[in-house]
Amino acid sequence: MSVKEMPQNWEPKILVFACNWCTYAGADLAGLSRLQYPPNIRILRVPCSGRVNPQFVIRAFQRGVDGVLVAGCHPGDCHYVSGNYFTRRRYLLMQRLLQYVGVDPERFQARWISGSEGPKFQQVVTQITEEIRAMGPNRKLRDAQ
Amino acid sequence: MKRVGVFVCHCGTNISAAVDCEKVAENAKSFPGVAYSTDYKYMCAEPGQELIKKAIKEQKLDRIVVASCSPRMHEPTFRRCIESGGLNAYLLEMANIREHCSWVHPDDKERATIKATDLVKMAVAKVMQNEALVRSTIPITKRALVIGGGIAGIQAALDIANAGHIVDVVEKEPSIGGRMAQVDKTFPTLDCSACILTPKMVDVANHPNVNLITYSEIEKVEGYVGNFDVTIRKKARSVDLKACTGCGTCIQKCPTKVPSEFEMEMMDRKAIFTPFPQAIPNKPVIDRESCRYFKSGKCGVCQKVCPTNAVDFTQEDELVTERYGAIVAATGFDLFDDSVYGEYGYGKYKDVITGLHFERLLNASGPTMGKIKRPSDGKIPQNVVFIKCVGSRDEAKGKAYCSKTCCMYTAKHATLVREKIKDSNAYVFYMDVRTPGKGYDEFYTRTTDQYGAKYIRGRVSKIYEKGDKLIVWGEDTLLGRPVEIEADMVVLATAMVAKADAAKLAQMVGFSYDQNNFYTEAHPKLAPVETHTAGVFLAGACQGPKDIPESVAQASAAAVKVCGLLSKEEMPTEPIISAVNEAICSGCGMCVPVCPYTAIDLKVIQERVHGKTVSRKIANVNSGLCQGCGACTVACRSAALNLKHFTNEQILAEVDALCL
Repeated sequence: MSVKEMPQNWEPKILVFACNWCTYAGADLAGLSRLQYPPNIRILRVPCSGRVNPQFVIRAFQRGVDGVLVAGCHPGDCHYVSGNYFTRRRYLLMQRLLQYVGVDPERFQARWISGSEGPKFQQVVTQITEEIRAMGPNRKLRDAQ
Repeated sequence: MKRVGVFVCHCGTNISAAVDCEKVAENAKSFPGVAYSTDYKYMCAEPGQELIKKAIKEQKLDRIVVASCSPRMHEPTFRRCIESGGLNAYLLEMANIREHCSWVHPDDKERATIKATDLVKMAVAKVMQNEALVRSTIPITKRALVIGGGIAGIQAALDIANAGHIVDVVEKEPSIGGRMAQVDKTFPTLDCSACILTPKMVDVANHPNVNLITYSEIEKVEGYVGNFDVTIRKKARSVDLKACTGCGTCIQKCPTKVPSEFEMEMMDRKAIFTPFPQAIPNKPVIDRESCRYFKSGKCGVCQKVCPTNAVDFTQEDELVTERYGAIVAATGFDLFDDSVYGEYGYGKYKDVITGLHFERLLNASGPTMGKIKRPSDGKIPQNVVFIKCVGSRDEAKGKAYCSKTCCMYTAKHATLVREKIKDSNAYVFYMDVRTPGKGYDEFYTRTTDQYGAKYIRGRVSKIYEKGDKLIVWGEDTLLGRPVEIEADMVVLATAMVAKADAAKLAQMVGFSYDQNNFYTEAHPKLAPVETHTAGVFLAGACQGPKDIPESVAQASAAAVKVCGLLSKEEMPTEPIISAVNEAICSGCGMCVPVCPYTAIDLKVIQERVHGKTVSRKIANVNSGLCQGCGACTVACRSAALNLKHFTNEQILAEVDALCL
């Protein structure tokens, strides 16, 4: 596959790190409420958004994921008191790092979605899917294939 | 060789309508490590569980993936299932193909099936790295500590003690009783506060399971749920509690007078004193800062007159350390400092007082023997103005929150003014009248309709002295005109604020507090008495403004939580916690401040290196305190910290599986 050409039937693949207490529950609620969104996301459950090591994000881009979303409880509502504050700081740092290495920083997003925000989960993942789709496949950082 | 079993659930048609379950199960057979894969209509039902157990035995499976609903729903079910099938409960992973797949992608079976396959692939990759984890237990010390001896602390202590557990109550002041002891009457029944409080004080003092530790403060707290090691500073009373009979001769003879804190400084007490007549223990303490003997070395009258030789000037603060299984924080509140409102002249004009001052003026054992008299000249006021929301609901100068109790106590005060002073007028300036609570609104209606208190909707802009009157300028926003009242006394409905040292205690015990220094409950709706720190519970106004019934209710709730904890010999701990790889930990300590539970400290270990014994520091995770958030794992520079069940390797395996 040439680097420049767009593969046929390409669909963005987006990894979502969801904290167990808020966003994972929010995604469950979206399911319970039968709120539809594009089937491009894959949710990976972590206890807290603060558990997400930047290494995981880099690895995802390296392995060919097109976008990464880290989502957790709203600031102040963290099940573990302060985990999402670390996420917030890391998010800004990570975006700068990605920009530095030439990856569109918008491919990496962080959002606060509570356990009661099923509609917000639907809206966020739909929006991010469309944004990533517009960016095309992630080729930077990606292992040679 | 690891042997993974994959079980794909149809959930009736909940999953199979949108996901080709047979195909997912078929696809799973090709994933690395998968030895067996099948699908079934209802995996969580009895036959489904039997299917899993049978497969574990027959196929010699050593780890299981169930692709079904959310793990938040059935993870415990399947953990129990594989446990009874002979596997460790933590060798299970679930792929959520219902809430996260079939229900949200009902119209695209092909892509939903691809997604479900991916989710199963991720779960298989993770479960390959799962390790058997063992729930350990920690012993529970069957003794509770209640910090604060106000009505909330008393109630909590009584309830815990009645359930058969030993309770220590630590009170900072010389007597228990707290704020409720200062209050004259209680709304909405106008019961005398002391008449309902003092019997409870006596009960708690006489209870065989309760140990009162007054005039004492918490010095240090270590440990964790079930095993808190608390150091208590017993301040020197200068009076031997055992020898003292409480006869009061020393108080009579003491020559030093200082303003009484209990009486809001409207009356004097002696340097050797009990804060109020019904104090418990009803034995005096010497206030060393004002006592002549301690200031100049002369006097010692109290010692000379004491018939039992109980006065002991040589006493020193005593530190005692005790182990507790649970802690209830019931430290109460302070009053907002009204002097920030220069326009009201609090602190400048003697007859501008707070609601708590007014309580003392109403009280039969207070400075005026229950007659409402002005602090300045002792005259009986005819026109009393009440101003509500002083310090509360004011983001500019005070606190943003509603202090909750002021509407009711102001209504009570206005009623009592009208009842006690003939031909008097009670004017109440208010922003809103908030009276939720049983019988509360009826009480307020009586205050206005029967007792004729005059409620004026609006704020007061200025108060100034004219002769012996206080001129109150305000506005009636309902009539849209200015109001001027010649008042004899002004009572400010002062907001409750957190205790000045509230944050200090929270930091010491290790639980959280909000921007106003009120203690934070674990969940505002569903865990209102728990804190984020296991084994620490909240009662009363330390968590936010509360009236007496609410404080009592919360105290009883906290007591039930304590009893629940203390009723067990030991407590199982969740094994999903951080672990340190001691070999590669550099002891940098980056993880220590990151931990929200103070679960990590540095310990020194001895090692043999090249035949020599060297000691070095490494991180040490306290398994009783760690809650398994994983914050430390990211902070660790050498990846020596890992979170069990969510290890770096497991998460990276999932990420890889998604893409390969």
